[in-house]
Amino acid sequence: MLPGFPHAEPLAGLAGGVLIGLAAAVLLLGSGRIAGISGIFARATGVANSSLPRVAAWAFVLGLPLGAQVVMALNGPLTPSFLSLRWVAVAGLVVGIGTRLGSGCTSGHGVCGLSRLSPRSIVATLTFMATGIATVAIMNVLI
Amino acid sequence: MRQKVTSEALVALLSGVLFGAGLALGGMTDPARVRGFLDLFGTWDPTLAFVMGGAVLVMAIAWLIQPRMIHPLFADVFTLPGVRDITPRLVIGAGLFGVGWGLAGLCPGPGIAALVIEPVSAAVFVATMLIGMVLVRLFEKDA
Repeated sequence: MLPGFPHAEPLAGLAGGVLIGLAAAVLLLGSGRIAGISGIFARATGVANSSLPRVAAWAFVLGLPLGAQVVMALNGPLTPSFLSLRWVAVAGLVVGIGTRLGSGCTSGHGVCGLSRLSPRSIVATLTFMATGIATVAIMNVLI
Repeated sequence: MRQKVTSEALVALLSGVLFGAGLALGGMTDPARVRGFLDLFGTWDPTLAFVMGGAVLVMAIAWLIQPRMIHPLFADVFTLPGVRDITPRLVIGAGLFGVGWGLAGLCPGPGIAALVIEPVSAAVFVATMLIGMVLVRLFEKDA
């Protein structure tokens, strides 16, 4: 529990974050690569070319739901609340365009790039945090 | 060569599973929690700051180890981004990505991991994300 923030789960967040950091560290020190999920997904689906073997890209992508499944098996079912499909569809489209133009997402820029103090990733992360915060604020007013 | 591809795929699978588990454990597969974090001007949920903090901390250690290694454990070379320019494309892309992230509370990793949590919504997100990526690719071919 975090005083003042009844909905926050700092310990689960920290534990999840450590796992994510370990995941990125495994890929860097094991394969010498950045765990940028949008880029690896683009490689797996054939949208982008890279030196990453396609089978490895698919192994990573399929590992994501597998890992979530393991958490559900150990920790019980998750009860997320998604927005309506219309919003989800629009959001996916914008995320797809944005991550290709911006060369990455929360994982590549936010985790791998920030921890490396990459100037590009610092700019990207500050930018998508700002527009994300603005988007939620505007939606709260309009909807 | 074949052996190298297999070990790369296994490393990628391990990384993907750890990543997916971390996303689920940290609450990133719940759009309400992600949007709660971006809701800076409303009832702010700081959980994601702990996810990000934990991940960046662990990955920063990996970045300290990396220069001391001659090559990755299971590959010949480190394949790391060398681009350093901060371009309009980077900022526009990251900005768009943030808008999509805020719209539905999903980024690429959680969207893919959620395929086993909220299959229909996640599938719609992943599908339109792929369309967005393909659109950028098509547009770039014309340019």
